[in-house]
Amino acid sequence: MDIKKATIKDIQEGLINKSFSAKELVQEYFHGINSRNKTINAYIYLDQESAEMQAELVDAKLKKSEKILPLEGVPAALKDNFNLIGTPTTASSNMLRDYISPYNATVTERLIKSGALLLGKTNMDAFAHGSSTETSDFGVTLNPYNQEHVAGGSSGGSSAAVAADMCCYAIGSETAGSVRGPAAWCNLYGFAPTYGRISRYGVVAMGSSLDRPGVLANSVYDCALVTDSVSGKDEKDATSIPEAETTYAHNLKAELNNNIKLGIPKQFLDDRIDSQVREQVMQQIKELEKKGAKLIEIDLLDPKYSIAVYTIVSRSEISSNLARLDGIRYGHSSEQVLESIIEQIALNRYEGLGNEARQRSMTGAYVLSAGYYDAYYKKAQQVRTLIIEDFNKAFAKVDLIIGPTMPSVAPKLGVTSGNPVFGELADMLTEPSALAGLPCISVPAGFNNEGLPIGMQIFGPQYSEQLVLNTAYFYEKHLAK
Amino acid sequence: MNKEFEFVIGLEVHLQVKTESKMFCRCAADYFGQKPNSRVCPVCLGLPGALPVPNALAVKKCLSLCLATNCQINKISKFDRKNYFYPDLPKGYQISQYDLPLGENGFLEFDVDSDSRRVRIRRIHLEEDTGKSMHTNEETLLDFNKSGIPLIEIVTEPDFVDIEEVLAFAKRLRQTVRFLGISNADMEKGQMRYELNMSLRKVGSQKLPQYKVEVKNIGSISVLEKVIKYEFERQADILASGKLPTQETRGLRDLSGKTYSQRIKEDADDYRYFPEPDIPPMHFSDEYLEEIKSTICELPQARKHRYVFDYKLEPDTAEVLITSKVRSDWFEEAIEKIKDTALIKEIAKWLIKDVNAIIKEQKLKLSELKFTPKQFSQLVEMLYQKKLSGTLAKQVLAEMNSTGDEPEAIVNRKGLSIMADETELIKVIKTVFKDNANVVGDTKKNPNAAKFLLGQVMKATKGKADPAESARLIADLLSKE
Repeated sequence: MDIKKATIKDIQEGLINKSFSAKELVQEYFHGINSRNKTINAYIYLDQESAEMQAELVDAKLKKSEKILPLEGVPAALKDNFNLIGTPTTASSNMLRDYISPYNATVTERLIKSGALLLGKTNMDAFAHGSSTETSDFGVTLNPYNQEHVAGGSSGGSSAAVAADMCCYAIGSETAGSVRGPAAWCNLYGFAPTYGRISRYGVVAMGSSLDRPGVLANSVYDCALVTDSVSGKDEKDATSIPEAETTYAHNLKAELNNNIKLGIPKQFLDDRIDSQVREQVMQQIKELEKKGAKLIEIDLLDPKYSIAVYTIVSRSEISSNLARLDGIRYGHSSEQVLESIIEQIALNRYEGLGNEARQRSMTGAYVLSAGYYDAYYKKAQQVRTLIIEDFNKAFAKVDLIIGPTMPSVAPKLGVTSGNPVFGELADMLTEPSALAGLPCISVPAGFNNEGLPIGMQIFGPQYSEQLVLNTAYFYEKHLAK
Repeated sequence: MNKEFEFVIGLEVHLQVKTESKMFCRCAADYFGQKPNSRVCPVCLGLPGALPVPNALAVKKCLSLCLATNCQINKISKFDRKNYFYPDLPKGYQISQYDLPLGENGFLEFDVDSDSRRVRIRRIHLEEDTGKSMHTNEETLLDFNKSGIPLIEIVTEPDFVDIEEVLAFAKRLRQTVRFLGISNADMEKGQMRYELNMSLRKVGSQKLPQYKVEVKNIGSISVLEKVIKYEFERQADILASGKLPTQETRGLRDLSGKTYSQRIKEDADDYRYFPEPDIPPMHFSDEYLEEIKSTICELPQARKHRYVFDYKLEPDTAEVLITSKVRSDWFEEAIEKIKDTALIKEIAKWLIKDVNAIIKEQKLKLSELKFTPKQFSQLVEMLYQKKLSGTLAKQVLAEMNSTGDEPEAIVNRKGLSIMADETELIKVIKTVFKDNANVVGDTKKNPNAAKFLLGQVMKATKGKADPAESARLIADLLSKE
């Protein structure tokens, strides 16, 4: 059995055709995990026993030739910020190292209903604060393409698990570019639909107005299929889009819409972007032009504004979202017992939260405090509105926007240390669309001369998931290398 | 009380809203007296990843209070996060409302000694209650059953000029929310709590004092009264000695009204408010607000005034009738279609005195009485038409409450109707005269003697004689002796 870069379709066909059993499949994946995870460090929690038990149930169904569910029998991984009942949900933090979740995230619930076979939970930057998994309290995740380099972040464990064939697809989440970025650096498809399309209920919150779950996979079809399984109105999330679940996979067509206009923001191709990334992505875009796409250069607000707005908004929300981690009801509680309860909370937090979380909390508390709110938070919200309007103007001229996902390839390990805004710079091309909550996909666009993957992103107006996916699907079928 | 100073008082009232479920989750709201932490879920425990979804009924009830107290409604309103750390605040922030409360700039009218007064309401907003800390010598226990109970906060302007106004306002507000079905406002269950903002100034001064003392968590109107009196003396003493009372928050140790310094605050607290990103802003249409308006019943103040003006009831009588909506509605049903204000007065009198006596004695609720308001008014009407004496009416009422029979049926069955035949009555009086010859002789010197004879007549007729008619006949016959 060859599971290398296997898709959901490949696996389910294999199961139905009885080329292999679900149990053999799980064992095959665990064979890879056991040999590679120690070095790559993609998973921080694994449960082979229950995966095999679940596989046996699938095999029993297949034996009776019963119809299987859309994701049934397909080994998958879950980022560790998604609650899965009865298992640790640590968000890769010391604060929650011993926390066992008593409930399921909506995404988890829906994955299970679709038959997903979860192998384990993947490493991430602690609380998703970062773009390299280097802020994880469980160690960094290495890039399967070159182990001297990071896998990306914050969904780095998810991207490395898929790229190293330790699962078929993985659930990630992004606040700026935490799905697209690691997908780009690990040569995968990484899809994040419109903000609110997939429920945030049960996802350890980072920046509530930005967070969105997403999918990392080996194909566009898999991205669409998994999204369809977990999307749709959730009465537990007041910000979820009030529509029934989507049918992107069913409607997926490998076609370029007639005279589709692709906007290329000149700000995405200036000298802040690595030249090899630029050239490689432009070459792919030119290929799309040859297939009939119309290319239009567009002028967007400089990403530096998005970096500033993103930093202020996300830090504000982080400072408040992390406040529940006081070590009183759950989470890290100091061995030292203090007289003052407020000081006790401060000590629990000091010990349980890493540098990055502490810095972000303090920055957030600062920009929200009286006297600074107007200058920072309020202004940031106003500029956020301008960024959304800027995209609206752009989408009056073009159907989709296309460009590099990341300004560079995966950097070497140790890149975060000494650079408190590494994440913000790394995510400079994903933050604008994240602030506007736009549906985005990163697709593989080749490699640089060191063999490191390069990603290209395609995104459209809110709710344009089908167009984004169809265009990416066309690219995958006709141009992807 | 020191005559040199006068009050400047503003009130903040916290009111638990009567709903099936909590404010932001679907946990049952019937927390009072339940086993600790038996009404909790990931949302109201502040577990990682849980999200709030607002309770539409609580919003509706709060809007109805805003409309009933003449507030301007913010048709675009939102929730905000109020950030602070405390062990009974599970999320590290309270979801409240900051700059766009549901209602602003209203007023409530009430009476002090039949004098109509009005206090302005600055704002009314909706928020969630916190959990409860229980301190023992050894430890502090936390119960989160109360966490997330919907809470309305009503803030008045500092308009109160005397203690009677504060108390009358508090009572009228309590009646109003009960009339509207917003809350049971049961003080013993902590459903209505007061926060007093109080300072003193020289009589006649128009300026606001330079300090403000806040007393938190006052659980009843009687304690509120004691606190105001205590604080008046305390602050007046300090001012009289030429000093300024400290700007601070004071607390209560017991129900005596004595306060103690809890926390000195010179600046306003910095709660780092910002818009709650987990809940989209609320938009209220005119139709929706009209719909709520149409459900608002006649309020206690209006009803009281109608009783006084239309039915010519004494203001005190009217006030007693509107103590609760149940009683007031019961009264309304009893007097339905009755135009004679003298009869209405009699019904009110009997309701307050005799029906109340039955209720108190037998520990019943109005709704548990065996007789209906209509039957009750029939009885009072018989009395009013002199078909029954007061003594007989009481007997019939007692019988009505044990059998539920019509008053007329009871009167007929027991032959209780008043002696209509004058010659019959004269016969009885003459017999009484004969049996009490010595008393008859005393009547010229002792005016009480005639009263004694009347008593004997009533006794001899088992209350069937009309007392007024009998008195007239006794006087008549005595003059002929």
